[in-house]
Amino acid sequence: VTPEAAPPRRGRLKIYLGYAAGVGKTYRMLEEAQALKGEGVDLVVGYFEPHGRQETIAKIEGLEIIPRRALTYAGSQFQEMDTEAILRRKPAVALVDEFAHTNVPGSERVKRWQDVKALQEAGIDVITTMNVQHLESLNDQVWHVTGVRVRETIPDWVVDEADEVVFVDLTPRALRNRLERGVVYGPDKAKRAMENFFVESNLTALREMALRHTAHEVEEKLSASPVALEAAGLLEKGQASGAQAGQTIRKDRILICLTGSPSSAMLIRRGKRVADYLQADCLAIHVARNGASVEDVERHMSFARNLRIETHILEGDGIARCITDFARREGITQIFMGRSRSQPWWKQFRETVVQQVVRCAHDIQITIVADRRRPA
Amino acid sequence: VPARVDYRRNPEELLRLVQADERRERRGRLKIFLGYASRVGKSVRMFAEGRRRKLRGQDVVVAAVQPGVTPEVQSILSALEAIPTLTEKYGGQEYQVIDMAALFRRHPGVCVIDGLAYFNPPGSRNPERWQDVEELLERGVSVITAVNVQHIREKQDEVERITGKRACDSVPQAFLLEAEEIEVVDASPDALIGRSDGITPGSRQLAELRELALLLAADVVDRQLQDYLDSHGITASWGTQERILVCLTPRSNAAAMLKSGLRNKLRFHGALLVAYVEQKGLGPGDQEKLNRHLEAAREMGAEMHCLRGDDFVRAILDFAREQRVTQLFLGHTSRPPAVRLRRGPIDRLIDAAEDFDLRIFPHAEDK
Repeated sequence: VTPEAAPPRRGRLKIYLGYAAGVGKTYRMLEEAQALKGEGVDLVVGYFEPHGRQETIAKIEGLEIIPRRALTYAGSQFQEMDTEAILRRKPAVALVDEFAHTNVPGSERVKRWQDVKALQEAGIDVITTMNVQHLESLNDQVWHVTGVRVRETIPDWVVDEADEVVFVDLTPRALRNRLERGVVYGPDKAKRAMENFFVESNLTALREMALRHTAHEVEEKLSASPVALEAAGLLEKGQASGAQAGQTIRKDRILICLTGSPSSAMLIRRGKRVADYLQADCLAIHVARNGASVEDVERHMSFARNLRIETHILEGDGIARCITDFARREGITQIFMGRSRSQPWWKQFRETVVQQVVRCAHDIQITIVADRRRPA
Repeated sequence: VPARVDYRRNPEELLRLVQADERRERRGRLKIFLGYASRVGKSVRMFAEGRRRKLRGQDVVVAAVQPGVTPEVQSILSALEAIPTLTEKYGGQEYQVIDMAALFRRHPGVCVIDGLAYFNPPGSRNPERWQDVEELLERGVSVITAVNVQHIREKQDEVERITGKRACDSVPQAFLLEAEEIEVVDASPDALIGRSDGITPGSRQLAELRELALLLAADVVDRQLQDYLDSHGITASWGTQERILVCLTPRSNAAAMLKSGLRNKLRFHGALLVAYVEQKGLGPGDQEKLNRHLEAAREMGAEMHCLRGDDFVRAILDFAREQRVTQLFLGHTSRPPAVRLRRGPIDRLIDAAEDFDLRIFPHAEDK
C-alpha cells in the first residue's frame, strides 16, 4: 500500500426520505442517477432493491451495477452489497438503496450505514434511501401509532450528518391505490399490508413525521450554516453594547437517569430527542446499586453511547443524592427520569426515588418521562 | 386510567358531518401539488399525474399552463386535450384567464390547472383563479393544480421576512385544507441555485422557504389526520406534533415556564397552550400573582384556557388528554415533604401521567 499524501475529500451523502414502502424513493434516486449519468458523472449502482417494481426496474437501464456479494449464514444464502468491490472501483457517485439495512452476521460491518460511511471516507458521494420509521428517535412514536416496533434503526446523528435530505412524497390515497393495483407488493402481501401497516391513519401519521423531520433537518442545516454563525456573532456584539442584555439563553444540559428497566430505552430516546431539538448537551448516568442487573444497564449505556450521549456510572448509597450532586457539579438544567414503579400501598408512605429527586433538586427542572403505552 | 378519551358527538355535530359527506360526494376532488420555489418540478409532476389518469381512463383536460413550458412538460402536454386560457387585456396588461364557459360546455372529469394563485382582471367571473377552481369543484369537476408556498396568503409575513417580497397574488390557506390530497414536491435547493434568472432566491432563502413549505404541509396533514380520526370515531391519545401545556398557579415561576414553553414550541414547531385551574378561596395576594402570570402569557400570544373542577389534578389530566398534550409544565409545590399521609398534586400527576411527559419547574423564590 502506498501511503497517500492527504486523505481524500469526504464524499457527500444525500438521503431520499419517505414514509413507507412504495412512495417512490428508489425511483427518485434512479431518476437523479440517470440525470447525473447524462451529465457524464462516473456513477455506479452499489445496491439496488427492485422489489419487482417494473417502473423502477426500467429506470436502472444503462447504469453500471456492482454485483452483490453472496454470503452464507445459518445454512442460507444472503445477498449483500459488495462494499469492497465499490471501493476498488472507486466511482464518483454510488447509489445505495435501503440505508437502514442490517447486514447478515459475518459481514465486514454490522449496518449498511457503516458501509456508506466507508464509501464516503474513500471520497465517494453516496445517494441513498430510507423511511422515516427507521429513525431511532421516532421508534416509540412509530410503535405508538402503528403498533409496529421497528427493529432496524439508524441513530439520528447519522442522518443529521447527511449533506442533504430530500422528502419523497406521495399521498396516502395514491399509495393505497398503488398497492391495490399491485405496483408495490404481490396481491396477498398487498392485501395484508392495506389492512395493517398501510391503513390510512398510519400512513398519514408517518407522513406527518417525515415532513416534520425533513423540516427539522433543513432548519438544523440553516442554523449550522456560516451565515447563521455570522448572525450569532453579530448578536454577541449587540449584547456587548447592552442592547440584548438579559436575553442570553443559557445552553441547556440534559441529564438522563437510566436504570436496568426496559423502559429506559424509551427514556433515552425521548431525552435525546428533546436535547437534539433544544440543541442541548446530553448526558446519561446510572447509579450503581447492589442487586441491579448490570447487563441490562450496560446495554442501555451502550445504546446511549451509540446515540452520542456521554455516559457515567456513579456509585453511592442515596440514589437521589448522587443524581442531584452530579447534576449540580455538571451544571445540568434538566433531569430526565422514568416513573418509579408503582408501590404497594404499605410502601406508599415512603418517598420514591423520583419524589426524592424532585425534592432535592428543587433548583433544577425535572422531567418525568411518560411510559407511553399503546391504547388497546 | 383510560389511555383514550371518550368523546360523544352531539346531534348537531353528527348532522354537520353527514352534510359534509354529502357535499363531498357531489363535489369534484381537489389535489394540490405544493412546492417551495418555481422549477422544483411541480408542473412536471402535476401534468404527469394528468397523463397517468388519462391512461387509466379518466376524462382529463388541461385548462391552464404557465409560460415558459419546458420540453419535458411539452411532451406530456402533447398527449393531453387542452382548453387554452383566454388572453384578456386590462390596464395595458395581459392576463391569462381560464375559459370557464368552454369548460362548462365540455364538462370534463378532471381538469389540470397550473398557477393556482393567479388573479383575474377586474370584470372577470371570479377575481381569483382559486375561485374558478372552487366553482369547477362545486360542479363536480375534479381539479389537479399546483402552488408555491410563497403564494399562500397567511404565510405572507414569513415570506416577506425571508425574501423581502410579498406575493401580490395568493391563495387562502383554508383552500389548501379543503383539498382531498396535497402532495409536496421537494427537491435539493442545490439544483435551483445558480440559475441566473434573477427570480430564484439565494440558498439560504430557498432553505427557509423549503422549511416553510414542509411545515405547512405537515400542518395540513395533521388536520387531515385529525379529520380522519374524528370521522372514524377514533380518539387517539397520540399525536405526531409536540403539544406543550403550561399550567400556571399563583406560586409558579411563570416567566421561566412560559419562556421554556415558547422555546419548545418554536424548536419543535409544536403548539403551546396555557391553562390555570379556577380555585375558590384564593387570597387577594395569590389572585394578583395569578393575574400577572396570565397577563404575561396573554402578551406572549399563548392560547389560554381556564379549567374548572373541584379536583385540580383531575381537571388538568382531563384537559391534557383531550388536547393530546405531549409535555405538561408544572411548578413545584412547596408543601413540607414530611407530611406524606396524603399524596400531593405532583405525586398524583406523576402517577397518572401516562401519555405525556411531566416537567416540574423550580419556584422563583427557590432560586
